[in-house]
Amino acid sequence: MTKKDKAKAYWRENIKYVLILLAIWFLVSYGAGILFKDELNTIKVAGFKLGFWFAQQGSMYVFVILIFAYVHLMNKLDKKYGYDS
Amino acid sequence: MILDAIMTAIGVQDWTYILVGLTFALYIGIAIWSRASSTKDFYVAGGGVSPWANGMATAADWMSAASFISMAGIISFAGYDGAVYLMGWTGGYVLLALMLAPYLRKFGKFTVPDFIGDRYYSNTARIVAVICALLVSFTYVAGQMRGVGIVFSRFLEVDINAGVIIGMFIVLFYAVLGGMKGITYTQVAQYCVLIFAFMVPAIFISFQMTGNLIPQLGFGSELTDGSGYLLDKLDGLSSELGFSEYTEGSKSTIDVFAITLALMVGTAGLPHVIVRFFTVKRVRDARKSAGIALLLIVLLYTTAPAVAVFARTNMIETVSNKPYANMPEWFKKWETTGLISFEDKNDDGNIQYVADATKNELTVDRDIMVLANPEIAKLPNWVIALVAAGGLAAALSTAAGLLLVISASVSHDLIKKVIKPSISEKGELVAARLSAVGAVVVAGYYGIHPPGFVAAVVALAFGLAAASFFPAIILGIFYKRMNKEGAIAGMVIGIVAMLLYMIKYKLGWFDDTLPDKSEWWFGISPEGFGTVAMVLNFVVSITIMKFTKAPPEGVQEIVENIRIPSGAGEASSH
Repeated sequence: MTKKDKAKAYWRENIKYVLILLAIWFLVSYGAGILFKDELNTIKVAGFKLGFWFAQQGSMYVFVILIFAYVHLMNKLDKKYGYDS
Repeated sequence: MILDAIMTAIGVQDWTYILVGLTFALYIGIAIWSRASSTKDFYVAGGGVSPWANGMATAADWMSAASFISMAGIISFAGYDGAVYLMGWTGGYVLLALMLAPYLRKFGKFTVPDFIGDRYYSNTARIVAVICALLVSFTYVAGQMRGVGIVFSRFLEVDINAGVIIGMFIVLFYAVLGGMKGITYTQVAQYCVLIFAFMVPAIFISFQMTGNLIPQLGFGSELTDGSGYLLDKLDGLSSELGFSEYTEGSKSTIDVFAITLALMVGTAGLPHVIVRFFTVKRVRDARKSAGIALLLIVLLYTTAPAVAVFARTNMIETVSNKPYANMPEWFKKWETTGLISFEDKNDDGNIQYVADATKNELTVDRDIMVLANPEIAKLPNWVIALVAAGGLAAALSTAAGLLLVISASVSHDLIKKVIKPSISEKGELVAARLSAVGAVVVAGYYGIHPPGFVAAVVALAFGLAAASFFPAIILGIFYKRMNKEGAIAGMVIGIVAMLLYMIKYKLGWFDDTLPDKSEWWFGISPEGFGTVAMVLNFVVSITIMKFTKAPPEGVQEIVENIRIPSGAGEASSH
């Protein structure tokens, strides 16, 4: 693989990760917390209506997890392509 | 036991002096220890900050007086709708970590206009970016100085103006002396102070009301008095008094969507946040420290909605339909500050707190929910005093971060890059310090004489950032063909659209009166319009780019280079 091809392949994999993680980002916040909150509010977990919980708690926990997932995936990807120096 | 006796013998006022005095001494000590000796120290703390230190500093930088003092109160009154701030001010970090921070760190310069100017090979683009950065930062910083003044005046009973001036000197001292280096390490200390000050009362109250030590779980638990789930009770109380149910909210779905997105994208486009990621050593550290920053922010942001519920329930139960004469001491105290006012409209001596404005007899300022919460819950004196130290830490750390962006915009982006490129390193450092002094003075002036529109505009700083920087940076990284014509046109049209909408629908300067909500475009409020302006920016940028020539070879190479994490040199000015 030439240097340029390697860079291209690395970038493609990176974009794939970003798109997947952003899809989850969108689903928990805009999906569960806003667009579908009324439907989810019919479900109750302890004292929380689920839509309300996603909007004021759950989405934020997922955000943190998403960033650390990206950190982990990219550290592995950097190693795979030898960009971890 | 002896310690216990001493702790209770000291009054709130003295505790406040002790805690505020100790924390200020700490900040000044750190500033002296971490003086800046080069422009690199001054702009990016030498570029060798560890991910944890940077994460803590970013969190303190991010959480302003508004997050600490006002947010829980806003949520308390807005119920579900408060989620726009919770999601909006945290979700942007995902965008930052995945789409901006690593690449900007690899790019390795000092400021956001640096990136815009180099990537779009144009000093016009650089100057447009500087103007946007100054506009965003100044509107934001004035609010912080005001916050410092308010905390001083309420807890230490000094005049608001004296409070602003004391705050100015403290910030001046460590921002001018230490630059980014001084700011970073004081922010680490400030994070510790503010999170401790926020969590301690929250944990106390959660335990009091629900028997659960974790506030995040507490507000979904059953009450200790056996009256069922706390949230059900609050929903019931709210509808009884004529408010909408706490967990339902009253904004339209499209507006909640637009505001949340504008705040998220705005967060990712704020220069004082972005610049923090220039201070770490490697690209991988930039990603990791964004994660740490968000973790530390979320600790407070998930506690705030719990505090909101505790405070709202406590308040309604204390005041609703109770005789005015029996109100506790805190009620009287906050009445003298004008934050609570009672008008006995039906002359029955009881307090009617209801949604119907013609019958409602109680006006409560939202800031009380955090400031008076410990008193309402009858917590010990030292906990009440802690809130003052926390509020000051939050306001000072954010103000300092913003001042640095302003000074770097002037000394680096304007003087070094445009007006006088031949300036020496020493000369630039002097210029940076002088512009920091100038910025503090201007910020202090606006803190003392707040123009009526500042409060309205602070919330819109996010819309401005979303409408200008975010698309230009994203396209600069992810779209190699993006050229200067497209980017400049996009930024100018985006920010002008945002300003016009804001002036028409938020400030009402175009008409004799403020236009009604029904006239909003697509039902989107000025706070949410940043989303529309951002989309407009993207569309304009891409359209113009299609009809103009591709950027030069060298620039396309820069883009290829920033996409690869290895070989990130230290941040440099050349």
